[in-house]
Amino acid sequence: MPDLFDKFQPLIDQYEGLMASGMRDPFHLKMEKILSPTRAVVDGREIILVGTYNYMGMTFDPDVIAAGQKALEEFGSGTTGSRVLNGTYQGHAECEAALRDFYDMDHAMVFSTGYQANLGLMSAMAGRGEYIVLDADSHASIYDGCAMGNADIVRFKHNSVEDLAKRLKRIPEDAGKLVVLEGVYSMVGDIAPLKEMVAVAKEAGAMVVVDEAHAMGFFGENGRGVFEAAGVEDQVDFVVGTFSKSVGTVGGFVVSNHPKFDVLRFVCRPYVYTASLPPAVVACAATSIRKLMHAHDKRAHLWAASRKMHAELRAAGFTLGTAEAESAIIAVKMPDQERSAKMWAALIDEGVYVNMVPPQATPGLHLLRCSLCAEHSDAEVDEIIARFKRAAAAAGLPLST
Amino acid sequence: MSLSKDTVLPRLIEIIEPFNKKGIALSADTSFARDLELDSLTVMDLVAEIEDEYDIILPVNMLPDLETIGDVAGAVAEIKNK
Ligand SMILES: Cc1ncc(COP(=O)(O)O)c(C=O)c1O
Repeated sequence: MPDLFDKFQPLIDQYEGLMASGMRDPFHLKMEKILSPTRAVVDGREIILVGTYNYMGMTFDPDVIAAGQKALEEFGSGTTGSRVLNGTYQGHAECEAALRDFYDMDHAMVFSTGYQANLGLMSAMAGRGEYIVLDADSHASIYDGCAMGNADIVRFKHNSVEDLAKRLKRIPEDAGKLVVLEGVYSMVGDIAPLKEMVAVAKEAGAMVVVDEAHAMGFFGENGRGVFEAAGVEDQVDFVVGTFSKSVGTVGGFVVSNHPKFDVLRFVCRPYVYTASLPPAVVACAATSIRKLMHAHDKRAHLWAASRKMHAELRAAGFTLGTAEAESAIIAVKMPDQERSAKMWAALIDEGVYVNMVPPQATPGLHLLRCSLCAEHSDAEVDEIIARFKRAAAAAGLPLST
Repeated sequence: MSLSKDTVLPRLIEIIEPFNKKGIALSADTSFARDLELDSLTVMDLVAEIEDEYDIILPVNMLPDLETIGDVAGAVAEIKNK
């Protein structure tokens, strides 16, 4: 009898091979306690967190926690319904109002996750005979949204303005087109040349989406994202984002100035056919978003910490994903899967958590990804660097000097 | 000038040859996944080369239906003649 699991055997073998070498399992780590946005307890030991998306350190903000507790008590633990039925509470409306204010845009729509926001937008906005033009390194949620819809999907080379222009030229002029970009690409932490790309897209008559998941909170004067920093706010038709990173809870959203935007509430299936976010979550999100509008000191500190971390890792001889710190993500390149896992485990032994990127996510690359938090002190960054050096020695990782 | 699957095929095989790491004989029946064993990154490079050669778009969503070199030749001719 065929076992439907047989197709996963190569993956099972690979994983078991890794574990058989006596290595600590990088994919099933358990955080026993969370002490702060930058500290946790694992196996009874305190570690520094350098692999979260808690960029702005909002998860323990007293105002955010208080808002969540109040909503939990007053509105209960869950909504038990879809946004379009019984699942839109006062808190969801307030959360959308906070997003409209944060982005200074006319419309905002809150989804249950960022993944669902992308699924909904991609599958609904472009239909049969229309085109979605996306960067080859787009996030899985963008690809999955494309696969769910009926549009023709065209990829361009990662961050290549020239390739984007070439592909747009080949699409029939009268066909509807949606160009999908990300502010920060999360695998190596590089940013998109949005000024040039948006200009090329607009010249071809395309609508433009920018996913600012890894940029919200600290790019641009108001923390709106790379599109704000690049000065193309009036050219971008949709911004997608998430509450699971800088905002510090869970949820996703799309904001736009398009006058017909609200029809998406009826046609985005991942918005309609799932339960809305719990009241405590939207209350935390709304409070956090409003505080992020004025978080100028935190933004400045996060940038300083990211630049320091990048410069010192590079000086120590690590090979990094970008020549300079372009965002709060600093990806350290490893020569192969085995040494990547060794280095990851050595870092845990030193008391540092980073993300080991599963190889399926970045074909051909083995990355240990660090992401900084506005709550990482200068002394903590120094300590992280010292531990990286010791871990490299323990793992036998060659450094270039 | 209208293209047919047969007129596209010889040039298409020339374009694919550099991707033929296993050095097998290429024909209309050669399968990309089974015979050439191309990974997803290589497929992307190959698709880009074919698109540039014919100045067309081969949408990503069409790729799962293009199993063999002959399928691609047919698709190129069809898109070109549209
Ligand atoms: C670029 C990008 N878009 C969307 C998402 C999905 O966000 P969420 O965690 O809210 O589902 C992520 C997070 O992994 C992301 O990196």
